[in-house]
Parts: sequence; structure tokens; C-alpha cells
Amino acid sequence: MRREPISNSRRHFLIAGIYAGAGLTLGIYLPGCGKEEKTAPEAEAEAEAEVGVTDEKAVDETLFEPNAFVRIAPDNTVTVIIKHLEMGQGTYTGLATLVAEELDAAWEQVIAEGAPANTELYKNLLWGSQGTGGSTAIANSFTQMRKAGATARYMLIEAAAQQWQVTADEITVDRGVLRHEVGQRQASFGELAELAAQQPVPGEVFLKEPEEFKLIGSFVPRKDNKSKINGTAIYTQDIRLPNMLVAVVAHPPRFGAKVESFDAGKARRVPGVRQIVQIPNGVAVLAEDTWTAIKGRDALQIEWDESEAFRLSSGAIMDDYKKRARQPGTVAHKAGDSDKAITSAVTTLEAEYEFPFLAHAAMEPLNCVVQRTREGCEIWNGVQSQTRDQKAVAKLFDLDPEQVRIHMLFAGGSFGRRGNPHSDYVLEAASIVKAINGMAPVKLVWTREDDMRAGYYRPMYYHKMSAGLDERGMPVAWQHRIVGQSILGKDDLDPTSVEGAANMPYAVPNITVDLITTKLPVPVQWWRSIGSTHTAFAVETFIDRLARTAGEDPLAYRRALLKEHPRHLGVLDLAAEKAGWGTSLPQGRGRGIAVHETFNSYVAQVAEVTLNEDRSFTVDRVVIAVDCGLAVNPDVIRAQMEGGMGFGLSPALMSEITLKDGVVEQSNYHDFRMISIDQMPQVEVHIVNSNAAPTGVGEPATPVIAPAVANALSALTGQNFDRLPLQILT
Amino acid sequence: MIKLTVNGETHSLEVDPEMPLLWVLRDRLGLTGTKYGCGMALCGSCTVHVHGTAIRSCITPVSSVEGKSITTIENVGSPVATAVQEAWEKHNVVQCGYCQSGQIMNAIALLKNNPAPTDDDINEAFKDILCRCHTYARIRTAIHTAAAALAVKGGAA
Repeated sequence: MRREPISNSRRHFLIAGIYAGAGLTLGIYLPGCGKEEKTAPEAEAEAEAEVGVTDEKAVDETLFEPNAFVRIAPDNTVTVIIKHLEMGQGTYTGLATLVAEELDAAWEQVIAEGAPANTELYKNLLWGSQGTGGSTAIANSFTQMRKAGATARYMLIEAAAQQWQVTADEITVDRGVLRHEVGQRQASFGELAELAAQQPVPGEVFLKEPEEFKLIGSFVPRKDNKSKINGTAIYTQDIRLPNMLVAVVAHPPRFGAKVESFDAGKARRVPGVRQIVQIPNGVAVLAEDTWTAIKGRDALQIEWDESEAFRLSSGAIMDDYKKRARQPGTVAHKAGDSDKAITSAVTTLEAEYEFPFLAHAAMEPLNCVVQRTREGCEIWNGVQSQTRDQKAVAKLFDLDPEQVRIHMLFAGGSFGRRGNPHSDYVLEAASIVKAINGMAPVKLVWTREDDMRAGYYRPMYYHKMSAGLDERGMPVAWQHRIVGQSILGKDDLDPTSVEGAANMPYAVPNITVDLITTKLPVPVQWWRSIGSTHTAFAVETFIDRLARTAGEDPLAYRRALLKEHPRHLGVLDLAAEKAGWGTSLPQGRGRGIAVHETFNSYVAQVAEVTLNEDRSFTVDRVVIAVDCGLAVNPDVIRAQMEGGMGFGLSPALMSEITLKDGVVEQSNYHDFRMISIDQMPQVEVHIVNSNAAPTGVGEPATPVIAPAVANALSALTGQNFDRLPLQILT
Repeated sequence: MIKLTVNGETHSLEVDPEMPLLWVLRDRLGLTGTKYGCGMALCGSCTVHVHGTAIRSCITPVSSVEGKSITTIENVGSPVATAVQEAWEKHNVVQCGYCQSGQIMNAIALLKNNPAPTDDDINEAFKDILCRCHTYARIRTAIHTAAAALAVKGGAA
């Protein structure tokens, strides 16, 4: 192994704003060596100059911080700095596992801590900006985090070798203890931390082979277990700063409406209301506590200018989409000549699909804390898009992005919503602070009703499909047209609108997939598994219908068309085997199968459904198989498969957002419904054994359940299901 | 002035008597483990105990619980609570965690009344407590695990 001087990018940077409980601490990176190393006082001075808050922890030379991701303290704790948002998907556990594995730390000594906003240090390597999403956390940081751990391990060994006057290759490391067997010496990480900090940072390190893994692939308790079961976990909603005001905003009743005028008299008379300000998106009431702010907001009398408001209903939007679907769209994928092939086919089939708007409806309604500081601005947020939010807020306050410090907190769910493409709620909070001239820190709180009605939904979509079968019943032509809004705001081809359709895996020689992008003022956004939320349903129910038309078993039919896709086949076969596909079921009970790839992870599900005599139905059992490459945390993978499936089952059965004359009809969990414990099926998860590069698991289970359930219902009823939520015809 | 007994401590508070207990706990007493999810008793994230019974603090005016004994997630020190929390940990139940204070408060209340709940009992007691991460399967397993652990302890005692 070579030793290299540390690279420029690793020299003298600050890790600022590490959030710990209700206070602030600062950690300072001091490289272990290098010509340009600062003295401690110099670094301290720089810290004060750049951060400008009292540094409680100051420079601590006893800390060992070999890189931006690992900090080992004399108390023997190993803190892993996590660059991704923990919103339930288990990334604090996952990334900590990667570091601990290569470090050979004991799991119990590892603490996971959220990283500050710093694009250079903490960018998502697949994006180039700092942010979480697309099931990329493990995929982008697998090697990065392992190297971070291996680097620390190397330097700890060098320290031990120096202290014990032995050669490094005689030292072993296991569960946080370094040993020299011959000399009968041993030391903990903590005991060697200070000396390790003085070792040169290695340029390259060796990583373990999969057969050497101890933590990767094993059960580990989640790092966020304890704080989330005893009420001490801190979410944005829980932040309280000195002199902080809570803001609740009256949003327009329709998308595109604006404040014409407002009378704040009544609101001002609510005891505890402190300020009322107009902001670009409505009127904000600021009070000492949340309840008072809500009461004040509800007492506002606002005249809305609805001259440019959107007034269509969901039905009218869908009718328009159907009309538009008569014309061809922008081609997303084309092979052969599907028009010609369909006219010469023995059998042809057609289908239409309708999908409603969907709210993310995370349990923690949107919120954000913003404070102006002498140096710029500080934000406390379950932040999903640090780089974007920094830029947006910097622009509002006329600052440099680096002057916007962000404390990343746990998010009480997000499912994509907190990574808003326009930083909507973050900017709303910042605009309130701007409107009061930065006089007080502000916690913006959306009520559940605000959260449900303020848009940024999974878009409505309409799909039109047709297929031609040959004399053996195999598809020779496949046409798939999608109509809907672009999440990315594109005029032409938005890849997120067609993902899962344009790359559908079944072997059909003549295929056309095209897209008609519509424009509506209803704000839309990515929602757990993005395009696959609708494309998987269309493709997987349509292929099932083809199989039934051909008189083939849906599993056998899929297998025949997936010969070029071994990973699809692998999960399909595993799910089918574990579910007992083909074995008999009691009367009234049926099975459906579906398979889909989302973000390079492959999931198949078999749903067992009971149809009751009154035509109601229950989903009783779901068997899931997943291939996400190397399974870093098998239990977290299982949890994401279970929960992700449930998250997809709710819109399959009951969730939808609808507009009436432009007004969102739903307001809370009684009318935007999701399943409860009594409707959660028995679920089992099987993971394909693999050493392939690991891919994400937060999203891929979600889109597969709706088609699996629909296919089971089709097997039971003969009905084709063409919209979500599913409705059985009576 | 309202006198409120929370986690064994009595507080005298100048507060709107209509203010829901949830906001008094969170904004006035700093007990943020109890969560706001819906404000309409639809989701259960705000569940606390009043004299050991699980109630939805988001629709409970603070004046209605004056003089009663209120317990929040921060102070659930009973053997049942320990068994529930240990089971939650053992099964890695939590994901985002936001609803879990309420789930745990509800589980403790259930097990105190019904030490060996069936699946139907659990359905009945939990059907109004939502989890957007859909951790329901593990919540069910953890309740059974906690019940079994308590049965063993009870049997040994």
C-alpha cells in the first residue's frame, strides 16, 4: 500500500453545524499531516470567522477525523457522518454499516450523525449535488463509505504499530479492538484516536472481499431505533429556538389564485398572535405557539383574486387527456414497426388506464425552521435536497449558497415530497422570515389540511395500450401511449413519465412507446418510485391480459418473454416458488403476479386475494422477492419491501386526490385514506443472493403490488382493471 | 390558570383552556415525543395516557384533563412499557419513526388491559393508528413478542 500526501480536496475544510439534540456543536477537520496543516489556534480562528457562532466543542486534538465521514473520540465512540436524509428508509443504518464493516468497529460503538450541507464533501456521487432520492443512497456511497472506514482502520493500525514498535501487518482489528498477538498488546479505537490523528492519510486502501464481511449481510439493530421508541428523536416539528415564532399560512383555495386583499383584524385579536404578513403564496400568521398560529390563520379574512385560478375537475382533466391520446406523442422508445405488425396480428387487444393525483401525506406535515444570522441564514429541516435548497434560499436573501447552513434532521416520512424541485416549503419559510426582516427565527408549520391541499402531487396519467398476438398467442406488436404532466417541467420527453414503460423488459419485436406531455397549474412531484407508480401497473396488468388471452399461465408467459432478463427472471421464479404458484387455493381465493425493475433493483410479488360474496375483497398474503445486488442490511431490505409494498397497496385500494372545480376535495386522512393494520396483508420477503453492486430498496417494492392484486382479481373475476384505486364491477 | 399533572409533575399554566393537550405538551412543556399528525383523531400519532387509558391528545382540550394523571412517551417506565420498547427494538419496527410514539403508547395501553391479545384484538385496538411507512406487519409481531415476554416474566414471578 502506498502512502500519499493528502489531496488538496481534503485539506483544511470545516465540518460545521453538526446538530446534536437542542444545541449546536462544531467539529473541525484537521488533517493528520501535510505541509499546509493549520495549527489549532489558526483553525480555531478560521472556524469562528467562517461560522460565527460559539463553538462549544472547539478544536479537539484528541479526536481522530481521517475524512469527512468518520470521527473517533477518546471515549471510543465512532461517529459516522451520514450525507443522506433518514426518512425511514434506513440510510443511517446502511451507511454506518459500510463504514463499520471496513473499520472493523463494534456495531455498538457506532453513532450515526447527519451531515451538514456541503456539496463538495457530501454530494450524491450519482448526481453531483447533495441530496437523497431515487433509491441512490447505498448505490452511490457503497465504495465511498467503505473507503472512509478502511482509511480510518489503516491509520489506527499505523498508530498501534508506532506505539507498540511492531510492524503493521502483525496487527489485527476486530470489533473495535486492535491486537498484537505476539506482543500480547491490545488497545481500543478510543485509546489510539489521538495518535491515529497524527498518522498520514493513505492515498489508497484495500477493501474487504465479500467473504470477509461481518456486518454487511448480517442483522444489525437500526441506529435510529432507540431515539424513535423513547420520544427523543428530533424532527423539524420539534425544533424550538429562543424567541422563535410559529408560522401558519393561509394558502390560496385554488392553484393560481392570489391574495387580492385581507383583513387581519380578527386574527390580530387572537391572544398570542404576534405578526401577520403577506408572502408570495398567501398570508402568514406568526404566534408564540402552534395552536395560536392556527387559530390566528383561521381568523383571517382574505379576498382571493381567482381570475387566473385553475377550475377544472379531475373528470374533465381525464376527458381532455383521452382526447389528446388520439394523436401520437413524442417517441420514447421504438423498435420495428408496431403499426404494421398490429394490422397483421392474429389477435389484437386494447386497454386504457386512468391514474389519479396522489399526495405523499407523510405523517409529519411539511415544516421548516429558518433563522437569519449575522453570517447569513440557518435552516433546520428534514432536508432532502441540500444543494437546491441552499441555492434557492441564498437567492431569496441575496447570499452565497455557502452562507445558508442547513441542519439535517430526521424526516417523519417524505416519499419524495421534501425534495421539492422548487424548494417550495423551504422558500415559504424563508419568505416569512424575509417579510419580518429577520426579526425572529420562524418555524413554518403546515397543518394536515395544508399538506393535503397545497399540491405537488404524483400527477394524473392516462395510458392507452394496444398489442397484437401471433397464432401462438405471443406478442408481435406493443403500443403504449402515456399522457400526463412532466414532473421535471419538460416540454418534450420527460424520462420520469415513461420509465418502466419505455424500458419494459418483455421481448416484443415491434414496439412503440410515446408520451404526450400536458401542462396544468397543479403542482406535481416525484412520489415514491416516480414513473413506475403508473407504468408498472399498465405494463404488468396488460401482459397478464395477453397471457390470459393466449390461454397461458401468467408466470409461464412472462418467463417465455424474459429470456434476455435474468434478474427479472430470478425474482419472478423466487417469488413464484415461495408463494406456491400453481398450487390450489380455497374457493374464492386467487393469486396474481407482477415483476418490475425500479432504479436497477428487481422486485416480483405474488398477491393472494380473497373475493367475498358481496364482491368486496381482501389482500391476504404477499410474497416478495427482491434482487438489489449485495444485501448490505438484509433486515432493512425486508422492512423496505414490506413497507414499500404497503405504501403501494394504499393507492391500489383507496388513496386518491381529486379536484372539483379546481378545489382539492380531500383534506385529511378520513378522505385521503390509507390502509390500517387490519388491512395489511401477511407479507414475506426473500432476497436473491448476489454479489452484484448494491442498489436501492426504498422505492422498488411500491409499484409492484397494485398490478399483482389486480391480476389476482382478474383471475378471480375475469374483469380487466383499468384504474386505480381498484374497483370491482358489481 | 390550569393545573396539569404530566409524568408525575404538576404544572400551573396560563393557557387557553381550549388548547388541545397535544400543543400544551409540545409547545408549552417541551415534551415533543408526542406528535402532531392530523389534528382530528384520525392518525393516532398524538396518543398519550390519561389514567393509563390511551387518548388522542390532538382533540382533547387541556381543560378536560385538569387534575388527571397524564403520561407521555418520555416517561413510560413500567414493565409493560419496557417489554414493548424492547420488542420494538428487537424487530427493527421503526422507519421514519414519527408515528411510533403513538403506536407504542397504544401498545402499552392494550397490553395492560389485555396481556395476550389476538390478531383481531390488535386490529381492533390499532385500526385508527396510521403508519405511512406501513410498518404494520412489524408492529403486530412486536406486540406479540412483548406479550410473550411479559407472560414469561409473569410466569417466573
